[in-house]
Amino acid sequence: MDTIFALATAQGRAGVAVIRISGPQAFVCATALCGSLPNPRQAGVRALLDSDGSLLDQALVLAFQGPNSFTGEDVVELHLHGSIAVVSAVLRRLGEGDARLAEPGEFTRRALENDKMDLAQVEGLGDLIASETEGQRRQAQRIFEGALGQKIEAWRTNLIRAASLIEVTIDFADEDVPVDVTQEVSALLLSVRTDVENELNGFAAAERIRTGFEIAIIGPPNAGKSTLLNALAKRDAAITSERAGTTRDVIEVRMDLDGYAVTLLDTAGLRDGADEIEATGIERAVSRANASDLRIFLMEPDEIVPVASQDDDIFVAPKADARTDDVPAVSGKTGQGIPELITLVSRALSSKTQSAGLATHARHRDAMQMSLTALDAAVEWIGHGPDHYDIAAEEIRSSIRSLESLVGRIGVENLLDEIFSSFCLGK
Amino acid sequence: MKQFDVVVVGGGHAGCEAAHAAARCGAQTALVTMKKSDIGIMSCNPAIGGLGKGHLVREIDALDGVMAKVADASGIQFRLLNRRKGPAVQGPRAQSDRRVYQREMLRVMETAESLSIVEGEVVDFIMNGQAASGVVLADGSEVRSKTVVLTSGTFLRGLIHIGDVSYAGGRMGDKESSLLAKRIESFDLPLGRLKTGTPPRLDGRTIAWDRLERQDGDDDPTLFSFLSKSPPLRQVACGITHTNSQTHDIIRENLEKSAMYGGHIDGTGPRYCPSIEDKIVRFGDKDSHQIFLEPEGLDVDTVYPNGVSTSLPEDVQVAYIRSIVGLEDAVILQPGYAIEYDFVDPCVLDAGLSLRSVLGLFLAGQINGTTGYEEAAAQGLVAGLNAARAAKGASPVHFRRDQSYISVMIDDLTTRGVTEPYRMFTSRAEYRLSLRADNADQRLTPLGLEVGCVGADRTKHFLDKMEKLDAGRTLMKAESFTPKQISSAGIKINQDGTKRTPFQLLAFPDVALEDVVRLAPGLAELDSEVGLQISREALYANYIERQKQDVERLRKDESYGIPADFSYSDVSGLSAELTAKLERVRPADLAQAARIDGMTPAALALLLGRIRYLEKKQA
Ligand SMILES: Cc1cc2nc3c(=O)[nH]c(=O)nc-3n(C[C@H](O)[C@H](O)[C@H](O)COP(=O)(O)OP(=O)(O)OC[C@H]3O[C@@H](n4cnc5c(N)ncnc54)[C@H](O)[C@@H]3O)c2cc1C
Repeated sequence: MDTIFALATAQGRAGVAVIRISGPQAFVCATALCGSLPNPRQAGVRALLDSDGSLLDQALVLAFQGPNSFTGEDVVELHLHGSIAVVSAVLRRLGEGDARLAEPGEFTRRALENDKMDLAQVEGLGDLIASETEGQRRQAQRIFEGALGQKIEAWRTNLIRAASLIEVTIDFADEDVPVDVTQEVSALLLSVRTDVENELNGFAAAERIRTGFEIAIIGPPNAGKSTLLNALAKRDAAITSERAGTTRDVIEVRMDLDGYAVTLLDTAGLRDGADEIEATGIERAVSRANASDLRIFLMEPDEIVPVASQDDDIFVAPKADARTDDVPAVSGKTGQGIPELITLVSRALSSKTQSAGLATHARHRDAMQMSLTALDAAVEWIGHGPDHYDIAAEEIRSSIRSLESLVGRIGVENLLDEIFSSFCLGK
Repeated sequence: MKQFDVVVVGGGHAGCEAAHAAARCGAQTALVTMKKSDIGIMSCNPAIGGLGKGHLVREIDALDGVMAKVADASGIQFRLLNRRKGPAVQGPRAQSDRRVYQREMLRVMETAESLSIVEGEVVDFIMNGQAASGVVLADGSEVRSKTVVLTSGTFLRGLIHIGDVSYAGGRMGDKESSLLAKRIESFDLPLGRLKTGTPPRLDGRTIAWDRLERQDGDDDPTLFSFLSKSPPLRQVACGITHTNSQTHDIIRENLEKSAMYGGHIDGTGPRYCPSIEDKIVRFGDKDSHQIFLEPEGLDVDTVYPNGVSTSLPEDVQVAYIRSIVGLEDAVILQPGYAIEYDFVDPCVLDAGLSLRSVLGLFLAGQINGTTGYEEAAAQGLVAGLNAARAAKGASPVHFRRDQSYISVMIDDLTTRGVTEPYRMFTSRAEYRLSLRADNADQRLTPLGLEVGCVGADRTKHFLDKMEKLDAGRTLMKAESFTPKQISSAGIKINQDGTKRTPFQLLAFPDVALEDVVRLAPGLAELDSEVGLQISREALYANYIERQKQDVERLRKDESYGIPADFSYSDVSGLSAELTAKLERVRPADLAQAARIDGMTPAALALLLGRIRYLEKKQA
């Protein structure tokens, strides 16, 4: 097995740059640069020397002994000063030794290979690295830590238990074993079913945390929607002017709002009697607004727009700077009312994420959906009693297979293990 | 000196099936075994078939093998297990008259064309470089051949244990093959050690049958062979009794005298066929275990007490047997014993059961780490066919997992290796719903015809049956009925507006053949066997369709062959553990690689990448 190394932090100037070395020769390669390694899992400052003895950098060095490392192999991390020149010099120096530059994703692949991660964890890691907001980071972290894998493993264990109960009535029918296991099996299947269903229900919210919530700003023309959006996004994303009907289409701005990834949609002003181009814009705005996760209605309390409000939608009046009543209002221009609005939005999103599950990718959802369909069929066949256990068993098998595809596990012969540990068999 | 195409060593269940299959393919075959009287011996339970095992016997029959016919001819009690469950999990089982089984098997072997039986102990192989080309017998004579099939069962370094007494032996009353074991050692194959046991045999005249529960056979016996009609022998009942707390106390007090528990045996035993000592230790909370008392034949007094295999000393065996209801005065004719033996890790075999490292040498049966007559016979059949083909220079026949239990077993053995004696179960077959005992002929006889191991009788019988089935299927799918028509024939159905054929209706759990006959009276003309067969297919039709898609995906992986000289250490990113496993198994293609224990999708992706890279480099 080759020893590999690569820059583990982003390219370019930064405070700290981390180079990771992994493989059987990792310790040897690192020692060549820093003379001696600190004890595993303890940080130590070392001078990294070039082949001619000149100083490359003063680095913080960390060693991890396999299998207790990210990749499961011996790993050394060199925390360097983040200069482009230092990094490239150290990479060059490492390349002179017994190691080669890693291919993209190779560290992760080794971790997967060495059973340090399952597929969902790898996805979680990808998400973690790509995460932009605190909410995304926390979510990715949980998946990376294997929370989804653990959940699935628990379901799988229950399903294997259910399958083994059925198989024992089939394969050991001429022995002293239970004949009708319908009740126990149904209970196991139904409990997994409930869990899978809950997880699926939380999929939409979880996916939103990952991909971002859509928030539509809705209101009559010239209410100041674009100005509000700009104020929220703190940059000039939408064209704003004083003339009504400037925003003809839907404008999207992606941002971090109090830790949530959101896409703000600035919709065309909703009014009758617009010209044809604007009318299409309005139509599109209405449908986008309806499909959004949350709507901010920016209008006077007595105004009417062609978008129906939903449960947790937010209502604020425009032009806070120019009004005398005490209706909650905002002004994009002066910033008045903006902090309060952000609190309202954040609270609404937070209540939406209460139900968020761990399944975050469409692939997860599809596999769970297939598993659920098979479970439903299994429950139904089980209900027909022992005479149809053959088909129920097939459905359970199919359900297990779907879950396994989710964590990327192949092959099950745990079934027989379960049978032999639970039953006394053998005439 | 005699020259043959194929030499088969060992006249057990694997050997007989191997020799007969090779001879059916037209190869000049010699079956060399210690004594002629070995042929057809049932070392343990005088019964054939069961769940998974019954499937194997039907498959052997579909390829015109011998086990099914001999079992039918000697059967004294037939039971179809799981009769009430779906057809996919029903397994035929029969108890045999041990002596008739042996007599019949010997007759079949002696009357087979191109097959000679040679008595003698094989002590060595004749080697032609890296290739086996015959065997040397104990008297120094040689039997030359182009290929060799070794089926020596438990005879390699066999060690028999009764209590703390142990001695070398291949089976009670037979010596082990120590000279051959030495030669095999020189091949440097990975060997392991397994154990198995057998119960004491009782004198039936000393059993109080009138105080025991009875178990009769089925009223309408289901035979093994597609060619058999009804059992020729008188049918008998078995008795049922149970161990009790006194039995358990006796065994517990004497545990350290048991060969298994006294630390005399190193080999691993089968978990599904535990000794009575094992049952009592592992399942201490059960205070009673069932015992079936199975007569070993019509005119013999020996009875096989199924469920109490043991390696306790003889006096303890007498004591615990007599503590059991109905056996208070029972006399033991032959004590129970355990046997330990060497087996070859089957990962060194290819899918045709030939050794990768010794050309022309095939292994089959218990020597590959399996247990059971049927498992042995099924492997024998595959090894015999392939040895005959190799002798003729033809390419090997490989079976596929979605086609037969035989190949599920061979693939499991050669891909996963063996850690405990391997026995067939229906739950091992992922395509269980399509691999049924009832359609074994449809699955395999065409293949048999292709390789030329099926005789004229069966060919005619099979083709007739296929013709009738085809006509029946057409009839079953010819007409669709509205939900209303279906209801008025007394079948419960959703009024969902969908028209359905009788075939589709038979997939509903509570629709039976009689019901659809009421709907379409024309179906009454179908031969009743044909009608039943089609309704079994119909029941699973939807699932079989779904499985076909799985199979297609599998085919794609199978199309990525892995060259025999593929270097796994050149695949960067592959863990050391998986590299070692892959080198041990040397999978033939990506699909087989995927079935190796602990394989991950990432590793498969790496393999695929490397295979593609090599292909590109070659092109
Ligand atoms: C004590 C005992 C208990 C068992 N218990 C069970 C059980 O509970 N359940 C179960 O399913 N199975 C059991 N079996 C296993 C079953 O009997 C075997 O799996 C099956 O018979 C194996 O068939 P085989 O053809 O591989 O070998 P065998 O049937 O053992 O045949 C081997 C043959 O090879 C011949 N032979 C060996 N060496 C040579 C040589 N050098 N030269 C010439 N001939 C040779 C022998 O004479 C013998 O005829 C038991 C076996 C034994 C011995």
